[in-house]
Amino acid sequence: MIFLDLFWTFFKIGLFTFGGGYAMLPLIQAAVEEKGWLGAEELLNFIAVSESTPGPFAVNISTYIGSRLGGIPGAACATLGVALPSLIIILLVARFYARFRESRWVKGVMSGLKPAVIGLIAAALLSLGRTVFFPDGLGLEVLGTPVFLVSLGIFLLTAVLAFKKVHPILLVLLSAALGIGAGYLLL
Amino acid sequence: MAQENPRQRRELWRLFTTFFKIGAFTFGGGYAMIPLIQRETVETRKWITDEDVLEIIAIAESTPGPIAINSATFVGSRVAGVPGALCATLGVILPSFVIILIVARVLDAFQHLRALRYAFFGIRAGVLALILKAFWNMYKKCPKGVVPYSIAAGAFLLAAILKVNVLLVILCCAAAGLITSALRARREEK
Repeated sequence: MIFLDLFWTFFKIGLFTFGGGYAMLPLIQAAVEEKGWLGAEELLNFIAVSESTPGPFAVNISTYIGSRLGGIPGAACATLGVALPSLIIILLVARFYARFRESRWVKGVMSGLKPAVIGLIAAALLSLGRTVFFPDGLGLEVLGTPVFLVSLGIFLLTAVLAFKKVHPILLVLLSAALGIGAGYLLL
Repeated sequence: MAQENPRQRRELWRLFTTFFKIGAFTFGGGYAMIPLIQRETVETRKWITDEDVLEIIAIAESTPGPIAINSATFVGSRVAGVPGALCATLGVILPSFVIILIVARVLDAFQHLRALRYAFFGIRAGVLALILKAFWNMYKKCPKGVVPYSIAAGAFLLAAILKVNVLLVILCCAAAGLITSALRARREEK
């Protein structure tokens, strides 16, 4: 039953995401990989679309993956699933939030979760990077191919611009233009 | 009661429309929407104060779930209880939901185009850079020291090399944080 599966999977993702934006990425990547829902390339495409359309990233990507697997009802199940844990927890916590936040337990748990997210994002980056630069498996013979060189060039350029605080949407548009240009010229 | 009802309904509708607007004009995620929330809910509607906004950020950082949903639920429940929380959360979700469904249809319809395939070939490399930037931003905000670095390295090894389930890694790191902070507290008491 794909709808129940989507709801439950995204419920768990919502429940275990701490911090905003890309903190959710390792969980989503692990889930779609384990279930065989999306390939790594497709996941990267979905991340790009979710980043450059309006609305919070978490809601966008949940809706997108849900709709790919189960149309509009699938999108509704995934989005509901990702939103529900927050909704319930905030309603419970909102009343005594000061005590909650000052609690030794919460502080202790968060002191472990903040670095955990960093380690997990690094792991996700490594695995997604492998699909961009080595789509056909690791090997030295890939290093000189146009696909590898163009990907590397776009990655380095957008990385430099990202650290110069260029807006993510501009970076997505720029890499799309470079991809089209390089595609017609070299591939 | 008869006077309360229309007023309450108007308040719920305002919550929905305000958060619909916030959802429609947020790009990216999480903290990107905080300035917009501040303007709409503090300055325009006067539902909450600037201090509450700081509180929202603090709560969002220590509870699970996307910040967008956390803050919509928080403001909604503050203004109009559970129905308010539902209206605000639905409002912040709906624009994304509709837009993504449309975009997904359009991209599917044009997926045979070579230009689109090349565009996504380029975009995938660009997205890696965006993730790298996100990684760097989180690293900058993370507490420095031997314990946090070891936990981060441990999480990386477990997930990347040993392929341990991500949820399990998160639980282990939460336990590690709890234990190390309890040990530190005990040492300080002595």
